[in-house]
Amino acid sequence: MAASPLKRWARSEAVNGYLMISPTLIYAILLLAAPLVTLVAYSFFTDGYLVVIPEFTTANYSQAWSDPIFRAILTRSVIVSALVTLVTVVLAFPIAYFISFHVPATKKSRWLFLITIPFWTSYLIRVFQWKVILNYNGVINSILTGLGITDHPLQMLNSIGAISITLAHAYAPFAILPIFVSLEKIDRSLLEAGLDLGENRLMTFWRVTLPLAMPGVIGAVMIVFIPTIGDYVTPELIGGGKLPMVANVIYQQLLKIDNKPLGSAMAISAMLVVAAVALLFLFLNRRFLRGSK
Amino acid sequence: MKFSSLKGYAFLYLVFLYAPIVLLPVFAFNSGTIIAFPLKGFTLDWFRDLFANQTLGLALKNSLIIAVSTSILSTTLGVFAARAGTRFKFPGKPGVMGLIMLPLVLPEIIIASSLLVVLLAVGMPLSLFTVILGHTLMATPYAIAVLNAAFSSLDRSLEEAAYDLGETKWSTFRLIILPLVTPGIISSALMSFTISLDEFIVAFSLAGKETTLPIYIFSQLRFPKQIPMIMALGTCLVVASIVLLATAEYFRRRGLAKTGAKDTGGFL
Repeated sequence: MAASPLKRWARSEAVNGYLMISPTLIYAILLLAAPLVTLVAYSFFTDGYLVVIPEFTTANYSQAWSDPIFRAILTRSVIVSALVTLVTVVLAFPIAYFISFHVPATKKSRWLFLITIPFWTSYLIRVFQWKVILNYNGVINSILTGLGITDHPLQMLNSIGAISITLAHAYAPFAILPIFVSLEKIDRSLLEAGLDLGENRLMTFWRVTLPLAMPGVIGAVMIVFIPTIGDYVTPELIGGGKLPMVANVIYQQLLKIDNKPLGSAMAISAMLVVAAVALLFLFLNRRFLRGSK
Repeated sequence: MKFSSLKGYAFLYLVFLYAPIVLLPVFAFNSGTIIAFPLKGFTLDWFRDLFANQTLGLALKNSLIIAVSTSILSTTLGVFAARAGTRFKFPGKPGVMGLIMLPLVLPEIIIASSLLVVLLAVGMPLSLFTVILGHTLMATPYAIAVLNAAFSSLDRSLEEAAYDLGETKWSTFRLIILPLVTPGIISSALMSFTISLDEFIVAFSLAGKETTLPIYIFSQLRFPKQIPMIMALGTCLVVASIVLLATAEYFRRRGLAKTGAKDTGGFL
């Protein structure tokens, strides 16, 4: 009694897998893939007043890229994101190392919990609190003048540095967790072997621990760099609106000025720049990712 | 553990992480109208303002509607994806999972603008419903990450035993699998809820004339007079999210204990 081909087909693992994933997949196609394709299409369409005319043009891209203000904003966004990524990852690495190598196994998840709590509290309010801390009459200036270190409060807001610190704070757990995971995977006997073979602690760290942790570091760089470039809130609140980043101009074009094709072209341009920088970074670090299993 | 410079650094890092949050109650209970040191005196006025504020109440109600819907939708979608991802092999799986997980790494402004463009193109009016659609898209990858852990620690032989004992596919799922992954489902639901409650830019773009809690907060941050009340609001939100997180963490650990898996720690 052989099963009919149809029945066998219906029982196959592939079909079951697709059936099972189909609700989520359809949702992602309708609300993620289709909108992204529309965004790309719009970026090549012509803007009529209040309507979008489906006529192919590259004018949006040439308009965006020939605009010195847009270029400056895009450059600033990349610089800020790179700076944020550097600060976040450099600050995060010792913490991940500390939790992985120095905290007893039973307390590790408690430490990770401690680090993720601030991340789950209101993003807007967290960003605003940095304004409170860095303000002219803010916390840091109160401490400095209170201790008599300086008479003139420092002007810290509305700067790229202030934006970077705020974002570095916001993305801290995103950097710590991937690095922690890759450090956890390191076979501790390799470190002992390094020490046994006459390397000192520093050299063992440099030649064994760090290369093995690189996949996590690279993951951390990606997961901080890519979303940071699209941040809207921090440039608005901490930069005082005077240092807009690319998300602010995209938002303005799409909603305030209502030039959807130009806004779409800017969004796609920003995404391409992010992807290019990310791919370049991955390419430069390819030896750490090769054959890691 | 003896004192080490690494431990000292870890302590300073925690100060950096917690400074903005610790300052919230400091200014929320301070009677001065300007957010600056030195502090004036103790007051509960800002909390009184907070609870009397009707616009805020409406924004909170909207946010709760969105967050609860998002939580249910994204956890449901997450269950399908996590079950498919951990149990079945099918061609094109990495690509399919990659697409579903993409919002995790996509800049939020890209999600917001692409959804906005397409919703306006198909003529769907912007409302709380469109925000729910956007938030579900964003929260689903997080839900899948949590649920993957729950589903992958399932022992396949339990399921096979149920089939051998005559249970159907559906009754096996209901009687065996669901109870084992319930803690994962609860922690995924709480996490999606928290993500949605806090999300700003997608809500800002897709809410139309409606107001959500973050949209309200953003609009008030421009007015120095309103800041002390926002500090009080922030304090309440911190307390609420710590309670939610502790609950999620409790269920996550219980889930791991139930299936006998090793605790690998962390949410992400």
